[in-house]
Amino acid sequence: MTKDNMIQVENLTKMFGDFTAVNNISFEVGKGEVFGFLGANGAGKTTAMKMLIGISEPSHGNATVAGYNVLTQAEQVKKNIGYMSQRFSLYNDLTIKENIVFFGGIYGLSSADIKEKSQAMINELGLHDMADSLVGSLPLGWKQKVAFSVALLHNPKIVFLDEPTGGVDPITRRQFWEMIYKQANRGVTIFVTTHYMDEAEYCDRVSIMVAGKIEALDTPKNLKHQFQVDSMNQVFLKLARNIE
Amino acid sequence: MNIIRYIIQKEFKQIFRNKAMLPIIFVLPLIQLIILSNAATFEVKNIKFAFVDNDKTSLSRELVEKFEASTYFNVVAQFPSAKQAGMAMLEGNVDVILEIPSYFERQLLKNEKADLSVIINAIDGAAAGVENVYINQIVQQFNKKALVELSLFNRSGNQPMNIETIPSFWYNETLNYKTFMVPGILVLLVTMITLFLSGMNIVREKEIGTLEQINVTPIKKHQFIIGKLFPFLVLGMVLLTVGLIISKLLFHIPIVGSITLMYLYTIIYILVILGMGLFISNFTDTQQQAMFIAWFFMVIFILMSGLFTPIESMPQWAQLLTEFNPIKYFVQVMRMVMLKGAGLSDIYPQVLKTLVFAIVMNALAVMSYKKVS
Repeated sequence: MTKDNMIQVENLTKMFGDFTAVNNISFEVGKGEVFGFLGANGAGKTTAMKMLIGISEPSHGNATVAGYNVLTQAEQVKKNIGYMSQRFSLYNDLTIKENIVFFGGIYGLSSADIKEKSQAMINELGLHDMADSLVGSLPLGWKQKVAFSVALLHNPKIVFLDEPTGGVDPITRRQFWEMIYKQANRGVTIFVTTHYMDEAEYCDRVSIMVAGKIEALDTPKNLKHQFQVDSMNQVFLKLARNIE
Repeated sequence: MNIIRYIIQKEFKQIFRNKAMLPIIFVLPLIQLIILSNAATFEVKNIKFAFVDNDKTSLSRELVEKFEASTYFNVVAQFPSAKQAGMAMLEGNVDVILEIPSYFERQLLKNEKADLSVIINAIDGAAAGVENVYINQIVQQFNKKALVELSLFNRSGNQPMNIETIPSFWYNETLNYKTFMVPGILVLLVTMITLFLSGMNIVREKEIGTLEQINVTPIKKHQFIIGKLFPFLVLGMVLLTVGLIISKLLFHIPIVGSITLMYLYTIIYILVILGMGLFISNFTDTQQQAMFIAWFFMVIFILMSGLFTPIESMPQWAQLLTEFNPIKYFVQVMRMVMLKGAGLSDIYPQVLKTLVFAIVMNALAVMSYKKVS
């Protein structure tokens, strides 16, 4: 593995009984890259991601994340990654501030550190008025922005985002992607799954999973060229249809 | 250590922010204690008593008066025939029928012996047994008096032999069932609330998805579990305190033994229950499932705890099973310490067994809690 690869995946497989959810996938993601992980529902995206973040054990194969093996050094991996799940991952019955304090606390940040970071985060998101209101009372778009910021609290090298913009309006989605780019420019590696093909165009590289396998992996430009179409949407449809 | 503090802080915030939770924790137990302690009685009172008097003499009337005077019996009817009395029992209007035969007085005078027929509705066997004892007591008293009177009539010099037992009831002199029940119901209360709340708490995080988020953090298993369970240990102790205060103020239950000992034992005991709660939540995916399983164990534990029925009267295999019932030990300890003033050496076996359960249960819970699937 080269020094610059933050994620290195070799022949990763996950089976549930006879069903192969993830079938022998291999790829790598470089430092500071925005990596789009695409696929239809049930193609195995989330399962693959769960293996990379150390909460699901691979059946075969190997993966290294932030320089640590997901099988043998899962706890080291967890220290170096941020994760924002498909389902909303903050506590609705705690305020924004309390959520920050809690997650900062369990990542082992000092209380001075937590104070400073939560202030910075509230400033950046412009949440002064809402810092003490319950997360459950926020609109979805706001929640997702806060969740993303909380996932970055402990300065992870990689952030995994599982459909972070599902159900979010186009303006907030644009703002969300601006946040993603900001982090990528600071050298944070972004691993993101999405169903929005316009978002796929924003990614540095895109992989498309179909039935547990990665069927395409390249920059959006090259993919469009390879499939001789104008948009990622058509690339996706062509791939998904061909396999079926 | 710090990490555990953050979890505990968060749990307490969530518990006290949940509007449905506070009444569950403080009001429900109170109601439970007050209602159950007043209702769960083994005394059989207000027995519906009917009689058939075929004799119609002064002696037979005297016997009926004895029943009328008793606080346990309500004389509801007199029937002309046993058949009609039987019909009344079938309809559920009568619990006990006393049939006085014809020539009752004459036979008693002549033979110093007469038979009475008593019919008891025994659908509730336990109650029937108690009623039988009451009836026997009344008839015996009547008997003694009758014999003395009869011996006055009949010249015979030999007085009836009189052996009387005078029981003295230790630790609960007045045989007040509340003194017996309240410590036990206190046990139920502490057990149910801590088991249900701890069992559902972690499953709830599974349901809303935050547990996955926790599993992605580098948090250690023991940190998470201690942080999760500690608040419920505190809640259990608060419940015990509230319960003890109510027992003392409302029911005037004597607290003879050491309160410190009671608290120390309760801590060990709650650890067993919390371990169970965690164990259940590891094997369930929804709060509903967790609740059903917790309830299943609760019912068995309660019914086999010796709280409502004595363990000594259970079949051998069932007695063996109760050895694994933590509630049994807690009930025993509470009764022994509260009412008898038992010390550590008296409850040593219970403490030891509970401690073993606490270790085994929590070890199982920690082992079955997996951050990785």
